Amino acid sequence: MTEYRIQGNTGEWEVVIGLEVHAQVTSESKLFSGSSTGFGAEPNSHVSLVDAAMPGMLPVPNRECLRQAVRTGMAINAQINRWSRFDRKNYFYADLPQGYQISQLYHPIVGEGEIEVTLNEKDPDSVVKTIGIERIHVEQDAGKLMHDQHPTMSFVDLNRSGVALMEIVSRPDMRSPQEAGAYVKKLRSILRYVGSCDGNMEQGSMRADVNVSVRKPGGDLGTRTETKNVNSIRFMMQAIEYEAQRQVDLIESGGAVVQETRLFDANKMETRSMRSKEDAHDYRYFPDPDLLPVELDDAFLEECRASLPELPDAKRARYESLGLTAYNAAVLTAEAETAFWFEDLLAEGVDAKQGSNWLMSELFGALNKLGKTLDESPVSPKQAAELLRLVADGTISGSISKQVFEIMLETGQAASAIVEEKGLKQTSDTGAIEAEIAKIMAANEDKVTEYRSGKDKLFGFFVGQTMKAMQGKANPQIINDLLKKALG
Amino acid sequence: MTDFSRLGVAAIREGVADGAFKAVEVAEALNARVSAAKALNAFIIETPEKAIEAAQAVDADRAAGKPLGKMAGVPIGMKDLFCTEGVQTTAASHILEGFVPTYESTVSANLWKAGAGMLGKLNMDQFAMGSSNETSYFGNVISPWRRNDGGNAALAPGGSSGGSSSAIAARLCPAATGTDTGGSIRQPAAFVGISGIKPTYGRCSRWGVVAFASSLDQAGPMARDVRDCAIMLEAMAGFDPKDSTSLDLPVPAWEAGLNSDLKGKRIGIPKEYRLDGIDEDISKMWDNGIAWLKDAGAEIVDISLPHTKYALPAYYIIAPAEASSNLARYDGVRFGLRDLPEGAGLQDMYAATRAAGFGEEVRRRIMIGTYVLSAGFYDAYYTQAQKVRALIARDFDNAWASCDLILAPTAPSAAFGLGEKNADPLSMYLNDVFAVPASLAGLPAMSVPGGLSKEGLPMGLQIIGKALDEQAVLNAGLAIEQRSGFTAEAGEWW
Repeated sequence: MTEYRIQGNTGEWEVVIGLEVHAQVTSESKLFSGSSTGFGAEPNSHVSLVDAAMPGMLPVPNRECLRQAVRTGMAINAQINRWSRFDRKNYFYADLPQGYQISQLYHPIVGEGEIEVTLNEKDPDSVVKTIGIERIHVEQDAGKLMHDQHPTMSFVDLNRSGVALMEIVSRPDMRSPQEAGAYVKKLRSILRYVGSCDGNMEQGSMRADVNVSVRKPGGDLGTRTETKNVNSIRFMMQAIEYEAQRQVDLIESGGAVVQETRLFDANKMETRSMRSKEDAHDYRYFPDPDLLPVELDDAFLEECRASLPELPDAKRARYESLGLTAYNAAVLTAEAETAFWFEDLLAEGVDAKQGSNWLMSELFGALNKLGKTLDESPVSPKQAAELLRLVADGTISGSISKQVFEIMLETGQAASAIVEEKGLKQTSDTGAIEAEIAKIMAANEDKVTEYRSGKDKLFGFFVGQTMKAMQGKANPQIINDLLKKALG
Repeated sequence: MTDFSRLGVAAIREGVADGAFKAVEVAEALNARVSAAKALNAFIIETPEKAIEAAQAVDADRAAGKPLGKMAGVPIGMKDLFCTEGVQTTAASHILEGFVPTYESTVSANLWKAGAGMLGKLNMDQFAMGSSNETSYFGNVISPWRRNDGGNAALAPGGSSGGSSSAIAARLCPAATGTDTGGSIRQPAAFVGISGIKPTYGRCSRWGVVAFASSLDQAGPMARDVRDCAIMLEAMAGFDPKDSTSLDLPVPAWEAGLNSDLKGKRIGIPKEYRLDGIDEDISKMWDNGIAWLKDAGAEIVDISLPHTKYALPAYYIIAPAEASSNLARYDGVRFGLRDLPEGAGLQDMYAATRAAGFGEEVRRRIMIGTYVLSAGFYDAYYTQAQKVRALIARDFDNAWASCDLILAPTAPSAAFGLGEKNADPLSMYLNDVFAVPASLAGLPAMSVPGGLSKEGLPMGLQIIGKALDEQAVLNAGLAIEQRSGFTAEAGEWW
């Protein structure tokens, strides 16, 4: 593949990208309190005394959040730090009741790891690139300000305050918007496989701070800007594209890139300055004296490791060994929800090849038409397995199965019930088929003659006519055998 | 008729249990004393109904033949740093004026469960920052003590638990809670001639206690004798899953374990505490203390705590650093004072609220703490102070090789007059010079009366013990108490 380059007046420029992905940890309760983490609840209905930072309240770490971070670290082959510690990041803002965020600056729970990213996952020959992960640390999310509730006041919703986030910090290893997009997709997939984050970017469960700089290919690193809180892969790629071009234009017109925090305006498709380094907060990080260091023992680490599922790369290799094409294996494993659906299908005893072909053509096609995701599929893996078994054991033909599937989608009925009710069972009654063959031959004497004089291709015509007469329910193999006998 | 003001915790508990008098009688008598002692300004608010309510419950339990708690029928004062459900909790600050918690601190809940009742919320230095009670937004507490020079200069009751010390010394209550970050139980106890113990860090839950410096704050009892302290500490202490720094250990039976026979105990006398120009009275009292402990069977050994002189500077970096962050939550958004000038934005509201809500000493410490944590200064101050803290802890560890307890003065002088030291923060901070090392090391330390100064004012002896060895500390305190013959009381001038 050709490398991503920005063509400037002074020649080519290379883009250097590093990402800090904030992923909301999947857990029942918050990082340091027992409040629910449920999304979409009434404002301030999931707020404990701790979340509201009432006087004298103290944080108590939620073991499950730490477990999820460790499992995520293991999934990216990262170093797990048996000793880590929470620090306070101090700043004043109305969505931050404590006046500090509990985070991990000095001793994160997860150290260096890496992720293999395939630029085009559907292309088996696509370039595979390794993106370094510097660290994963655990921290509290802030609350939410609402500026549209009152003419002069802002409201604060603390439901999100104290929810656990993993901050996954990459190395500046990406060189194009596409690579950054592929990295986030892969990371999201791993998080969803592991079950440590639902990866839902629309609901804000995953968002990225994007560090971008430009340089002459192979030259020294340029000054970077950080674009905060980008909440979709598409926006992130647009932001990188815009920001890189902006930096090139700026440098080439004699200016200099300023290290600053920017935000991405999705409507205007541009990044804008939020605050410069000079106005940057001095966060006065120091170890949180309310919390003891986190020490992980062997049993805990062992449990984390044992509870990890098969991860995308391993699963893909296994599917290929089951006889799936590289393309099918890649598509089925790219998203956790697809892989889990397919696994459920296999668990019902469906043949891997039959199942993968059906899932990728029939089910995906149908869902596409319905505008639904796999999670919203009207047909469950168990129901689908029944349909596929009816085809495999010859009860219905492949073409009839499409009809049955249509009805299943509409009515939610079981495949066998539909076949029974509509009388769609394939017939192997040779007498009935022979009777129809005799009628067809009588009505088409000319074609019989032509066939017998060597026009072999007409055989298909007789098969079609017979199947039509049998209303599609005859076993195609038996039609073939009987026709060959009758036509001689 | 019994003068209930003369009874301590044990005596009240026993009298109530034996049926010599009713808990309600005690509560009524002490409610009346509290209400008549407004001149001392020891209480920010009085809660006579709480004291009566708790006493009635104890009397009813006794009548029903139910078992009674460790503190059954004992009315106490509650330092206003402890959040009390339905009762205003201010930390003696303007910023929390009117704040009524919907929750009860673990320590106060433990005390109520043990049968104690609340006479009121005690005045203190604002956010526990001070050594004289002069930083309270609600006016300073006055010590019941006066110098024997015939004058009537108002004296400091010590701080920050000065409402507690004053109220106990004035016999308004037999005991009170205190908190100690760098001497806030021990120094006020010493100034008014009572006892007080700061247990090992983690013995008492910090949940629901307004935070000053989290790594140092520790609650403890203050009372008129050692046994009462042991009883009350048993009721206060215990593991609390809501405080991550709480010790998951059973509470020892300290009261039952009291024993003033110190045979086999080695008492260390740290040479570094013998400061140049040490107050003569203090020095003499210390020598007396040494003699009493020897008399109780202990062996006296000279020890060295070489990093002592760095303790106070390290403390005044670490405590303000933590405080600057702990006090960030008082921002006018969710509770307490809000100062929102016309047309003000968020930052203006923070500035106005915090400027109006925090007193001068609190603001000073927030500034110091913010400074020592800021970029470029962090390593020079905070990191360095943490290293010093580790060295101080190591000094004690080394000392334990040759001794079991350490005896030292609690404070460098007897009580000073109100207004005498508040112009110079440093001379005020020096009051804690003997108290701070044990705080930094998280060790149990107690002050017991050691005698009177030439001016007729109480002075305190401090006993520092090994981590978790409150029993040895209490026992040595008891040995001193039995030999010091300290019976002096403040005259009732108020």
